[in-house]
Amino acid sequence: MAVINFITQEGEKISVEGTSGSIMELATSVGIAGLDGDCGGVCSCATCHVYVNETYRKIVGEAEKIEKEMLEFDELAKENSRLSCQIEISEKLDGIELIVARE
Amino acid sequence: MLIGTGNKALSIHLSTDIAMKDSLFQDTFEEARKQKGIGQMNDQDDPIVMVLRHKDVRKCAFNWKGFKSEAKPGRIVVPSEVNIRDTRQIPFEIDPPNHTAYRKVLESWFKRPLQEEYKNSLSAIISELLDEQLKQEATEVISELSLPLQSKALTLLLNTSMEEAETWISWGVHVFRSEATALDKDKANILYDYIEKEIDRAIEKPGKDLYSVLLNTELEGRKLSREEVKGILVLTFAGGRDTVINFLTNSLSYFAEKPKMLDWLRKDPSIIGKATEELVRYFSPLTHIGRVSTSDTAVCGHEVKSDSRISLCWASANRDETVFENPNEVILDRKVNPHVAFGFSHHKCLGATHARQIMKEFLRILPRKVSKIEILEAEENIEEWGDFKRKVGFEKLNVKLYSQQG
Ligand code: HEM
Ligand code: FES
Repeated sequence: MAVINFITQEGEKISVEGTSGSIMELATSVGIAGLDGDCGGVCSCATCHVYVNETYRKIVGEAEKIEKEMLEFDELAKENSRLSCQIEISEKLDGIELIVARE
Repeated sequence: MLIGTGNKALSIHLSTDIAMKDSLFQDTFEEARKQKGIGQMNDQDDPIVMVLRHKDVRKCAFNWKGFKSEAKPGRIVVPSEVNIRDTRQIPFEIDPPNHTAYRKVLESWFKRPLQEEYKNSLSAIISELLDEQLKQEATEVISELSLPLQSKALTLLLNTSMEEAETWISWGVHVFRSEATALDKDKANILYDYIEKEIDRAIEKPGKDLYSVLLNTELEGRKLSREEVKGILVLTFAGGRDTVINFLTNSLSYFAEKPKMLDWLRKDPSIIGKATEELVRYFSPLTHIGRVSTSDTAVCGHEVKSDSRISLCWASANRDETVFENPNEVILDRKVNPHVAFGFSHHKCLGATHARQIMKEFLRILPRKVSKIEILEAEENIEEWGDFKRKVGFEKLNVKLYSQQG
């Protein structure tokens, strides 16, 4: 089990416990603002875009090629951007902070 | 958008002639995409460079400053509609920053399909239509299933009475389409006249429908104008008609020829989300959409003059072999699927939530009610874009549906 902390563009912090599946699925199951997951997690919509806090960037790891190319064409993309549908929940992520990129 | 489709070349055959071929949708762009990356076509003396590679399509879609949507109304549609309309379709024919402002006020309404109540209503519409057709000896899928389903579902999106669907169904499939080379203004007018009347009605007697809501919507301190409301509604009608009808009809042809895939959905509904994305990638109901270049430039090494047209060919990008493994195969649970069937970047489809929800409910209910689908007769709908001939759907698809119980 891991506690995942989402911070919305409004500045609201929401902590959710998850055990399996992707971060996007966890977020949409509780309805985090700005994290819609339109394509259901197949890497085609970028509506699951998050920024990963520094301490966790290494743990989360690098994006794969297809995800990177998707972020290349997202004007909100930064160094620490990830598409949360491509991040699987695991115990290692316990305590992670993710800033939701969209409003 | 989508009032026209290309010139028609029909091929008719009975399903006994060729086995298991009706659900095959070939990639007509393969050679051109691999060799040149672009295609060329003329359209009413306003030629088009068709952008065919996935990366280039996304790059050009992202680059709204270089390739604009806010040209003369009708110009970014292929075939061009500049000679048949003056109304600007919104937000489709607007660029940022105004585009962003329109999207902001529209988005929450177009997300309503995610609500439980909306899903339940969709599910009731689909169940009723399938139950009715299961009693018949034969079903013409477009007129008896896809068109009624698309129309009834649209009443949910517009939040109007279900009876309105009867009017839209009575317009037939070809209302926003022209069979001849020249685009037919009279046909387009059916829709415009209807919308004008509905706006009048909403002004007189406001309700909770989209017309009334839009008339009351504020954008940067002022109310939307009548012309703007019209521009939004025309697009909602036209953009979501043929696309949804082809999406449904083509998918049904697929399950007719791949009964094992219907079994799979029945056993494992958890793949429905991925299946929806894969079917929309494979069928790509909207082939391409234009943009107008704002400078002398080049796309994929090919010269593009200022104020000339390119088109973003979603259908070709979705079969790009450098992005998709086995691009010409439907892999229902494809895990990574960066398709562009609903467009890409700023103008990505506003109706996608609605379209996805229709397909998801359809894929949930169809395998529960239907055990087998037999194709009796199929007549393909082939678009012609210059030298490219692309099957986009069917003119006619006669099937027999077999009940899951019986
Ligand atoms: C499977 C069905 C559908 C497909 C494949 C599809 C495809 C597309 C594509 C490719 C675009 C991008 C156009 C561009 O980049 O210029 C688009 C935009 C749009 N679509 Fe759809 N569409 C579908 C269903 C719908 C439905 C059901 C509606 C509404 C009822 C709708 C309304 C719109 C609107 C309003 C836009 C313009 C968005 C903007 O410019 O910001 N579409 N669609
Ligand atoms: S949910 Fe669509 S890209 Fe992540």
